[in-house]
Amino acid sequence: MAAQGATASRSGLRSALPLLAPAYLWLTVAIFLPLSAMVFFSFMTELPLSGKPWAFTLGNYAAFFSQSLYLTLLLASLRLGLVVTLWCIVIGYPAAYVLAKVLKGRSREAIFLLVILPFWSNGLVRIFSWAMVLREGGILDTALNAVLPFKINIDLMYSYPAVIIGLVHSYVPYMVLTCYLTLQAIDDSLIEAGRSLGASRLQVLKRVIIPLSMPGLVAGAALIFVPVVGSFMEPRILGGRTGTFYGTVIEDQFVAVFNWPLGAALSFILLAVVLIILAVASPVLRRAA
Amino acid sequence: MTTRILEGLGRLYIWLLLAFLYLPIIIMALMSFNVSPFYQLPFEWTTEWYASLWQNDQLIAATWNSIEIAVITTLICTVLGSAASLALYRYDFRGKRFLQALLFPPIAIPWLITGTAMLIFFFGVGIGRGLFAILLGHVALALPYVIVVVSARLQTFAPELEEAARSLGANQWQVTSRVTLPWIMPGVIAGGLFAFAVSFDQFVVSYFLSTPGQTTLPVEIYAAIRKGFTPEINAVSTIIIVVSMALMLLTARFFKFGGEK
Repeated sequence: MAAQGATASRSGLRSALPLLAPAYLWLTVAIFLPLSAMVFFSFMTELPLSGKPWAFTLGNYAAFFSQSLYLTLLLASLRLGLVVTLWCIVIGYPAAYVLAKVLKGRSREAIFLLVILPFWSNGLVRIFSWAMVLREGGILDTALNAVLPFKINIDLMYSYPAVIIGLVHSYVPYMVLTCYLTLQAIDDSLIEAGRSLGASRLQVLKRVIIPLSMPGLVAGAALIFVPVVGSFMEPRILGGRTGTFYGTVIEDQFVAVFNWPLGAALSFILLAVVLIILAVASPVLRRAA
Repeated sequence: MTTRILEGLGRLYIWLLLAFLYLPIIIMALMSFNVSPFYQLPFEWTTEWYASLWQNDQLIAATWNSIEIAVITTLICTVLGSAASLALYRYDFRGKRFLQALLFPPIAIPWLITGTAMLIFFFGVGIGRGLFAILLGHVALALPYVIVVVSARLQTFAPELEEAARSLGANQWQVTSRVTLPWIMPGVIAGGLFAFAVSFDQFVVSYFLSTPGQTTLPVEIYAAIRKGFTPEINAVSTIIIVVSMALMLLTARFFKFGGEK
């Protein structure tokens, strides 16, 4: 830091190294080397060490481009990511606004905590909890039939909407959190100035509030979109047979079909797509930080 | 007038969102106390499903594995993470920004990709699958969170305090242990609780790295769900949710998420 001046800067790395090395060695062994290995293996016919002869090949990538199935599923996963992200914005942004600008003091603190509380609890268990609500004869079905005068059958379990509902439920707290942080930073006097100069509420929202909170929206969208595109457990549990997505196909390569090189290639393609999307979003994200 | 109506609607909306977030969890918890194994109403109270959990050796073994791994992960992550945060705060050197940027891929890359990459690499170098591999993975996943949280706390630390201690004759170790560490302790505790939560709730990476005998609770639950729903899963899920939410509340006491304002 500046206070320690030039001497610290010169001997900086030597002093820092013993403190830094253990953490970064661990990250290297468990994250960065595995990711590199995955790229390497994706160009092989068989895994070395499996005893079988292996050779370098482009076949795993050729499989992706020659069979339309993989591309179709990747597009389906990207669409799923987009739909879930949009719903999270629609549901989460107004909530973040109310939290930041309407609620005050202790009630704001308490409700904020309540909103982000579920998001650190087990995602698998929360997805599973929807099974009881959405199935035929489940809570939603029973409740609606008790209220409505006519008989309807609600069986959303194992359907596309079920996957969407479960994922939105899992990820909407991210959007509330990131939007809340940027909305809270907007000076109230800016909004008042806009109003007193004759702008309607809608104009203030469009010209002042949304542009200023854009970094939070983009950060939230990136935090939601990326994991949803790679999701496989949620579509499996709530989607059943309709829940086949790009992520579930990768899972299959590793736990059912045991074609690891193809799985590695599919994973790497997903990683590339994700990195491109993050790179596009990063200028806006950097402005937010 | 319109302002008050709009504010009222806003409050109502927040409560609707909270209902959406909590209803399925509450229903799951209620069903874990319901007699009918097919979740039929009317509701009749029982603790039978919790009792039968105690007979399920497989689930209990997996639970112990989860707790052990989460505790070891927490210990390793707080020590390594705090050390790294201190180094990044105290010293200036070339490549520092690169090292800080390296913390984001583990957080940002979907766990599906990280998990399968770990599986391939650990298998390739002979570590294989099992509890040790799961521990290696969990520490790597939780470490960046700890460094980010502790670094955030260090931002509020005044370097003049270290200077003052040094000028009064304290050596480097005394400065760290008597001045810096006590100040960042809330950050370290919050980081540790984060690490525990990341490990205890981790499913995806554990799933790819587990073997039939060596597995964690979420992986065991996933297997059970895919075999078919039983009220026992509700019971164990309810316990997990309660534990992780309690942890989160504890974390919030040490670390303000909404900023100081």
